[in-house]
Amino acid sequence: MNEYLTLSMILFTIGAVGVLVRRNAIVVFMCVELMLNATNLALVTFSRQHGTLDGQIAAFFVMVVAAAEVVVGLAIIVSIYSTRRTTSVDDASLLKL
Amino acid sequence: MLDLVWLVVVVPLVSGLGLLVWGKEGDRVGHLVGTVASAASFVIGLVAFVQLLGRPEDDRSVADTLFTWISAGPFHVDMAYRFDPLSALFVLLITGVGTLIHVYSIGYMAHDERRRRFFAYLNLFVAAMLTLVLADDYLVLFLGWEGVGLASYLLIGFWQHKPSAAAAAKKAFVLNRVGDVGMALAIMLMFAQLGTSSIQAVNATVAGQASESVATALGLLLLLGACGKSAQVPLQAWLLDAMEGPTPVSALIHAATMVTAGVYLVVRSNGIFDAAPVAQTAVVVVGLVTLLAGAWIGCTKDDIKKALAGSTMSQIGYMMLAAGLGPAGYAFAIFHLVTHGFFKANMFLGAGSVMHGMAGPDGEGDVDMRHYGALRRAMPVTFATFGLGYLAIIGFPGFSGFFSKDKIIEAAFGESFWIGLAALLGAGVTAFYMTRLMVMTFTSPRRWLDDVHPHESPRVMTVPLVVLAALSVLGGVLVLGGWIEHWLQPVVGPSVHHELAVPAWVVSVVVTAVVAVGVALAWVTYTRTPIAQTAPADPDVSVLTRAGRNELYGNAVNDTLVVRPTRHLTRVLVFLDARLVDGLVRGLADRLGDTSQFLRTPQTGYVRSYALSILVGSLVVVLALLAVTLA
Repeated sequence: MNEYLTLSMILFTIGAVGVLVRRNAIVVFMCVELMLNATNLALVTFSRQHGTLDGQIAAFFVMVVAAAEVVVGLAIIVSIYSTRRTTSVDDASLLKL
Repeated sequence: MLDLVWLVVVVPLVSGLGLLVWGKEGDRVGHLVGTVASAASFVIGLVAFVQLLGRPEDDRSVADTLFTWISAGPFHVDMAYRFDPLSALFVLLITGVGTLIHVYSIGYMAHDERRRRFFAYLNLFVAAMLTLVLADDYLVLFLGWEGVGLASYLLIGFWQHKPSAAAAAKKAFVLNRVGDVGMALAIMLMFAQLGTSSIQAVNATVAGQASESVATALGLLLLLGACGKSAQVPLQAWLLDAMEGPTPVSALIHAATMVTAGVYLVVRSNGIFDAAPVAQTAVVVVGLVTLLAGAWIGCTKDDIKKALAGSTMSQIGYMMLAAGLGPAGYAFAIFHLVTHGFFKANMFLGAGSVMHGMAGPDGEGDVDMRHYGALRRAMPVTFATFGLGYLAIIGFPGFSGFFSKDKIIEAAFGESFWIGLAALLGAGVTAFYMTRLMVMTFTSPRRWLDDVHPHESPRVMTVPLVVLAALSVLGGVLVLGGWIEHWLQPVVGPSVHHELAVPAWVVSVVVTAVVAVGVALAWVTYTRTPIAQTAPADPDVSVLTRAGRNELYGNAVNDTLVVRPTRHLTRVLVFLDARLVDGLVRGLADRLGDTSQFLRTPQTGYVRSYALSILVGSLVVVLALLAVTLA
């Protein structure tokens, strides 16, 4: 079991560091997804460990929310790209153009 | 008709309000409507007066309550009027002289495009003045009191395009407010001490129910009100400036009726003043000082209207003096008030006629007597009527002023030798300045400006002059056989005669002699040497003349004692407001702004820094949870 949790922690850390240091909005987005999936892995592991289904159900919810978030997030990134010709999150530091 | 006396107020009131809201089509007949309304008032008043005459002596007072004005607990005021011998005389004077002045104004204001409005204001004035004299309650009287103040303000500033007229109107209004404070306080004191403001009740009970100090306070407060309205020292400064108004206004409001309201108030409140000897003395002092001050000013003014205004002050001073003498003088104060109303209105209208005739090519009337002279031939009717008014005011034997002034001087000598002497001196000075005015205007050689062609005024202006001149001559009949004292007895009580050291006819002879000296002095002064067309500059004239020209420095005194300290106070208050109050508010806003500026520095707009703060925050939360669960 500990291996799964270790993997989960590594993936989450990679994701978190990626969000903090990368500027490309797509990459930042992928890192967020990585963190979500690391969490999912931890949830499923704990579910298995405790022999209950709560963790697995929570993982399903996370997947649904992640799917919805991808839709909205990608739409925003496309819109930012179409107006600013860039996907760097640092260039979009103001709410106005 | 006695039940319908309230109509004398309502008719001009409705007419005045109607004329104000009537549109342009009212311009053609507006002046006629106003005049007819005033005349209707006069007719109603005359019929009521005759009916009052026909009643037995102890029944000559009709009171009626139109409606309850204010009723709140013990505070109860009725819209009540009282038609008694005193108010009857006033109703006749106001509507009679008022109607004549309405007629005169038709001609005088013929070329003024706002004539309809002028007549509306005149009507409102008449209504307010009648409210004042018919009121049976001090609060109702106060309503009329304020009404005449408003009408006076509107009419002084009638030619509001002239800054001087607008300023004069404001000055009159503000100075009258000072007096009105006294009136308002007096009425409040009545409520507080006597529980009523009914004129009858207050005057009947003040002697018994209130202490003498309360009566004195009431008397002094009412005197303050009277000083404001009647232009008595120390609130006299507005009257000379008020001559900026059209001349009929000066004649009606600032000579014949409104300015005498103070005298009416004192006489009407005889119960209060009889119970307060100190207040009576104050009235006498105010009257004497004003009598001499007005006469002094009248001697030095070259502006014909201002000279007459000084004279008005002086004559009202006589009335105040008489009213302050108590039962010995009340009837004579009213008698002089009535005769003065006739001859002063006559002379003011005459002055208006002269100004009208002396108007230059621009149509502006000329008021400088140094540009007059020799108008006796050019304006015979004006000269004749003015001359009769002149003889009346100086007290030429047989004319109305002779009887009325003589009686006051006699009563003054009865009170004290020195008061009598001052009143006698006033009579001499009156003769001096009126002769000066006559000589400069009518008899001296002509000093006309170029392009001035004096001409007699139209009939509509001269007929009122003739009527008023006749009344100036005949007004004295009221005193024959002691009629006026007898008539006013139900209101002011029986007249008291002091025993004089000399017979009454000696006083008359002395007065006439003093008057003759005044006339001779002025005649010699102003006929021996030619009169210059421009007034001598201030450094060339005596100190006395300079003081008179500056209206005895009344404006300077007001300026130093009131205006300038008030301005300083205002400046201090503005400073405090800007620095202290605004400073607090603005300072608070500034501090809030600074805090916001500081707080927004972490808000950089960079997603990564937000993500870091979220991460750190969630780490802190997790660690805290761990710490809590493990502990």
